[in-house]
Amino acid sequence: MLHIVNKSPFERNGLKSCLRLAKPGSAILLIEDAAVAAVAGSAPAKDIAARMGDFSFYVLGPDIDARGLGDKELVDGIKVVDYGGFVDLTVEQDTCQSWL
Amino acid sequence: MKFGILVNEGPFTHQASDSAYRFVLAALEKGHEIYRVFFYHDGVNNANKLSEPQSDDRDLVKLWSALGTEREIDLVVCVAAALRRGVKDDILAEGFRISGLGQLIEAGVESDRLVVFGD
Amino acid sequence: MDDFDEFDGDGPEVVKRFMYVNRRAPYGTVYALECLETILIAAAFEQDVSVVFMDDGVYQLKKDQDTAAIGMKNFSPTYRALEGYEVEKLYVEKESLEERGLTAEDLVVPVKVLNSAELQEIMAAQDVVLSS
Repeated sequence: MLHIVNKSPFERNGLKSCLRLAKPGSAILLIEDAAVAAVAGSAPAKDIAARMGDFSFYVLGPDIDARGLGDKELVDGIKVVDYGGFVDLTVEQDTCQSWL
Repeated sequence: MKFGILVNEGPFTHQASDSAYRFVLAALEKGHEIYRVFFYHDGVNNANKLSEPQSDDRDLVKLWSALGTEREIDLVVCVAAALRRGVKDDILAEGFRISGLGQLIEAGVESDRLVVFGD
Repeated sequence: MDDFDEFDGDGPEVVKRFMYVNRRAPYGTVYALECLETILIAAAFEQDVSVVFMDDGVYQLKKDQDTAAIGMKNFSPTYRALEGYEVEKLYVEKESLEERGLTAEDLVVPVKVLNSAELQEIMAAQDVVLSS
């Protein structure tokens, strides 16, 4: 399953709930405002790093860049994808769920 | 692979419609099929041809409309959500059609993946 | 179900597992109401439908909603009608209820209360997950 999170964890609980309900082995993709969670050293980055062994994490590069965070180091192990990579993830995983 | 897309938000307040549009372009680029894009909740506003964004801004109504007409992608606006918001046939941008929620369920049944974009 | 013959195709009718995930409180936004409309339509398609209420979505099922003074329609009785549409798999996440000081007794319909580990398994087994 591909879990898609689109809201900043500073504002909403989508990432937190996703981390609680996603089955280990799933992929988690951060898009739109959720991309801010990928920045190393941020508070949500700790939650992501703690689950790096359970999930494969991805972040949508265009959303990182749009928010001026392209120059920031990202959480170790998170992979940056573009929209094509987003499409590939939905193909590789057998279902997807959006945490709106 | 066949994709169904659900867009739950309009073209201006949220990024959802932009993300969905970029996703659809990338999927087509990779040779996938878009079975249907279904617009629900405020997403029905993506079909309002009366909207006039500023000239230096992207115009999602036109962008979706072009995908519908030029790439023959089925763009369906939920009738119940649309009527509530005053989106009717006479203000519908070209390429969109108004139909029932059954079209969303059908997209879920017929597509290999249903990807949801919203708030 | 003659109206839906077109979905029969050549082979046996496709039955997929559809899950509707409700994570928002009613009234503050339209999502709960419009998601309920989707579920009622979906029931006619004879798919395997389940509905999850978690996070603030559990408030959708709270008993004794009285919307008279906010001027909006109380649509919570409709959840009780779901059974009549053969939508019988209603799941509520235990952690979400507890966090909000609620119990299954507070809800308008009988539901299955599952902890997050149990819900995780059911979610992972779905074909289509709809959220709004």
